[in-house]
Formats: sequence, C-alpha cells, structure tokens
Amino acid sequence: MLLLFFKNKKAVLGLIILIFFLFIAIFAPILAPYEPFQNRDEEGLRFPLRSRPTGEHWLGTTQNGYDIFSRLIYGTRTSLFIGLATGLLTTAIALTVGLISGYFGGVVDDIVSFFINIFLVLPTLVLVIVIATYITVEGITPIILVLAITGWAWGARVVRAQVLSVREREFIYASEVLGESAPKIIFREILPNIVPLVMATFLTSTIAAIIGEASLSFLGLGDLTVISWGTLLYWAQNSAALLFGAWWWFLPPGLFIGLLGTSLVLLNFAIDEISNPKLRKR
Amino acid sequence: MKYLIRKVAWLILAIFIALIINFILPRMMPGDPASVLIYQMGRMDQASRTAIMASFGVEAEGNIFQQFITYLGSLGRGNLGLALSHYPAKVTTVLARSIPWTIGLVGISTIISFILGTLTGIEIAWKRGNPFSSIFLGLFLFIRSFPFFWFGLLLVYFFAFRNPWFPLGGGSSAAIADRWSLEFVRSVIFHGFLPGMTIAITSLGYWLLLVRNNMFNVLAEDYITVAEAKGLSWSRIKYTYAARNALLPSITGFAMQLGFVVGGSLLTEMVFSYPGVGFMLYQAIQQRDYPLVQGIFLFITIAVLVANFLADMVVLALDPRVRRG
Repeated sequence: MLLLFFKNKKAVLGLIILIFFLFIAIFAPILAPYEPFQNRDEEGLRFPLRSRPTGEHWLGTTQNGYDIFSRLIYGTRTSLFIGLATGLLTTAIALTVGLISGYFGGVVDDIVSFFINIFLVLPTLVLVIVIATYITVEGITPIILVLAITGWAWGARVVRAQVLSVREREFIYASEVLGESAPKIIFREILPNIVPLVMATFLTSTIAAIIGEASLSFLGLGDLTVISWGTLLYWAQNSAALLFGAWWWFLPPGLFIGLLGTSLVLLNFAIDEISNPKLRKR
Repeated sequence: MKYLIRKVAWLILAIFIALIINFILPRMMPGDPASVLIYQMGRMDQASRTAIMASFGVEAEGNIFQQFITYLGSLGRGNLGLALSHYPAKVTTVLARSIPWTIGLVGISTIISFILGTLTGIEIAWKRGNPFSSIFLGLFLFIRSFPFFWFGLLLVYFFAFRNPWFPLGGGSSAAIADRWSLEFVRSVIFHGFLPGMTIAITSLGYWLLLVRNNMFNVLAEDYITVAEAKGLSWSRIKYTYAARNALLPSITGFAMQLGFVVGGSLLTEMVFSYPGVGFMLYQAIQQRDYPLVQGIFLFITIAVLVANFLADMVVLALDPRVRRG
C-alpha cells in the first residue's frame, strides 16, 4: 500500500506541496521576518505605509505598515489549522451519521437519509453566511463549528453508500451469526473497509473549509483581528489594494489557497486510484 | 410517473424545510436582532420601531407554532418584511430588482461552463494518459481550488485595472436610460463579461471532473469492450456508447454541485459590484439588514431546490429506465 502510494506521481506531488505548507505553518515564527502586528523596526522607526515590495518587505506593507509577507506566513498557520480542524470535525460527524444510517438501515436510515439529502441541497456557503451574520465571531472556533455543522452531508452520503455495500458482504454475516455486538462489527469489521473513503472525505472537507474561511473573512464576517489568508484578502480589498495596483497584497493569499487546494485534490485522486484498482493505469 | 410524484413531493418537502430553517434561524440566535438594530439606528419614530419589530416577528403573539403559521401566512401574501437598508422599501421589491441580474449572469455562465466542462471531460477521459489531457486536467483542478471571488479580483486587476478593456464593476452603463435599446443590451454583456468568465472558468473544473469520473466507470463496462470487438467506429463508441451514459450521473451531480457554485457566484458579484442578489446580500450584511439577508437566503435556497428539480426532470426525459419506473 505504502509502496503504491510513493509510486503514484499525484500522491508524491500532493504530499510535497502539503509538507511545504505544513513546514511554513509549523515554523512560522522563525520564517516570518517580523511579528504580524509589528509596524516599527527595532530602533522604533515606523515601517513605510503601503510600501511596494522591497528588500526589507518582500511583499510590501499594509495601510498600517504591517509586513505582508509575515502576515502571509502567520496566516498560513491559521488557515491550515482551520482547514484541518474543520476537516477532522466534519469527517467525524459524516462518519458517525453515515455509519449509523448505513449499518442500521430501515426506518433509521430513512430518517437520517432525509436529513443528509436536505443538507446536501442547501447552498452551504449562503447558509454559513447567514449564520455568521447573526453571531459575533470571536477567534476561530465559531468558524470551525459553523463550517463543520453545515458541511458534513456530502461525506455522510458517500460513507452511507459504502457501508450499505460492505454490510452485505459475507464476513459481516459471519460476525453477526457469531453474535458479535453492533459496535464491534461497526468498528472492527466495517470501519477498516471504508478507510480510503474516510480519508477522501477528510481531504475534501479540508479544502471546503479553507475556501469557506477565506470567503467568510473576505466578507468581513470572521474575526478580523485573526491573521489568516481570508482576513489578509479582506484588508487588501478594504484598503482598495486593487486600485493601488498592489498585486503583491491580494495575489499571494489566493495562490496559496489554490496551491493547497490542488495538493489535497491530488492526494484525493491518488487515494482513489490506489484503493480502486479499476482507476489504476493499465 | 412514480418518479415524478416522488420528485415533486421531495421538492415541496425540501422547500418546507427551508422555510422552517429560515423561520427558526433568527429565533435561535443569541440576542434579539430587532432590538440590536433599533439601538444601532438610534432615534426613530414609533411607526418605524413597530415596523422593525413586526418585520422580525418579535412582537408576534402565541407559541412558536402559532408564530410559524403567522409567518407562513405573511409569506403567502408575498410579505418578507421591510428591507432596513433600503427603508422603507419591501424585501420583495429589493429582491425583484436584483433577481433578473443574478439569474442572467449565474444562469448563463453556469450553463456555458457545464457544456464546455462536459465536452472537455469526455475528451480528457477518452485520451487518458495523453500529456495534453493531464495538463488540462491539472490546470482546471488548480483553478477550481481558488475561491471564486479571488479569481474575480485577478480578472479585474488584469483586464479592468491594468488594461482598461472592461469596466471595473456594475451591471450596465448608467448613462443609458432606455432599457430596451440595443445599446443597453451591449452594455449589459460588456459589464457581465468578466464576472461571467470568473464563474464559468472557476466552475469548469467541477463539471469536467464529474464527467471524467463517470466516463471512467462507463469505459470499464463490458458493453464497451463488446462494442470495440464488434469493430464500431471510435467516435460512435465514444459518444453514443460511453458519453451518453456518463452524462446521466453528471446531470444528477450537476444539481449537487450547484449549491456550491451558486455560493461562489454570489461572492463574485460582490467583487464586481454586480447589481444582483449576491451584491445585495453583501450590502445587507454590511448594514446588518436581517430581513433582507433572510429574504435572500430563502430565495437562493428555493432557486437551488428548483434547479435540482429541473435536473431531475432532464434525467427523466433522457433515461428510459427512470421513465418506465
């Protein structure tokens, strides 16, 4: 399995990009030349405002003289954390719902499926925006919660479908005849068979969360004191970076989002190809 | 027939649930938006105060079920309350002004993008392993990973700011008074080009991926091998045997992805100050105009549900298995 993974070009490329971002996130304080809220140098001299990229400020400065490159580095930390945390939480919800629905079947399945389908067709981003308008977002926890609560349906649907099919296999019948308890069958027998799917769900919801955070913050609905890719874009837009021609301000955060998203999609592809021999190159 | 009845029932039920969510959300949220708003707006006469309270249903009497009935009743009369940011205009009036813009922009660019994406997806799946396919696929997966609004910023920067080929924003030139003139239509297309391109290019990857995956499943079927063995022409196998069958799950998938694309499109409108529902939503958020936010949410949800329903109808028309039930 591991060998197949490293033989897969998509997997390796995706992994390299992901490690690149993880590296930035973990070593942010070392990599960033300045603190995110620093607008003077050591001698107390103010940084220039709205500076173009220079030797001191690789990506220029904001309207308050904050170093954009440092903010991008620290923002990577926040955005990646929001993405992974939301991804984990969303997957946990999706897995629970999907397992319950798929394993127990019958009336339980009908009811749960109904809710899955409802959440599936609701325009999630709009729902998130409406909820965020009502609450005051402080810190990143509310964003993670709102994104997870609205984003689990897709994962639950695919998990349910897969559980339904695994459930019909002989070894499950065997366990049932042997008198194994339901939790034991679910966790010992079914779960190991849907691991690739769970990983795919995790990757997909992580991408969705990173774009979701960026969108919310861009609208000014996040916590604007948090340094993330989204708030970076918000401040760029709000200080008319575009009309100042300050591409160095709004281009890099979006590129980072796109790159990270691509790496997760590549990993997703790779998992799909490895776990589904039909898709493997002939 | 059974399929049709099931789909209609589902549509009605889903819209009902959307209404419930729209009714419950403001009541579940901490604080009372109406009081917050009255506080924010400062001095105001008793009439506007009552109007605001009424538009939130705050003064409504009776338990939650009776309130819900009242809410449904006023909805039935087409009353969504007052749009506070456009006071004293009604939410329905404000919505009616912006809906045509959004349906035009998002509708047309999504359909173009779906057709182009599907055609490219068929080719890419067919020419699998070809370096061009891989590059194309990679490119659109990369673009798909961007937030719509950021891609919009990019286009504005390059094609409206650096090279002033297109307007920076808006829906039409304000100078044209006659809304039925050819000049006006030209101006609308001119203004809609960049936002339309943003939506079309960013969402292309979704449709492309969808049909590509379905093509792979179909191409692995035995009847494709049989068709090859029979010596049928490649184009016949590709379009009549493979693509035709790969298209059906694509249409169902289209409906599923639509919610996501619509969300992204609304943010695109905001970047371009396009006079549609998305930009209206942006303004409503800025001014904490809760009744308008709710009205827009309701409209978008119902629009997506109806689009889903239409997709199901297309499947019904195309798939004889579904038709026979």
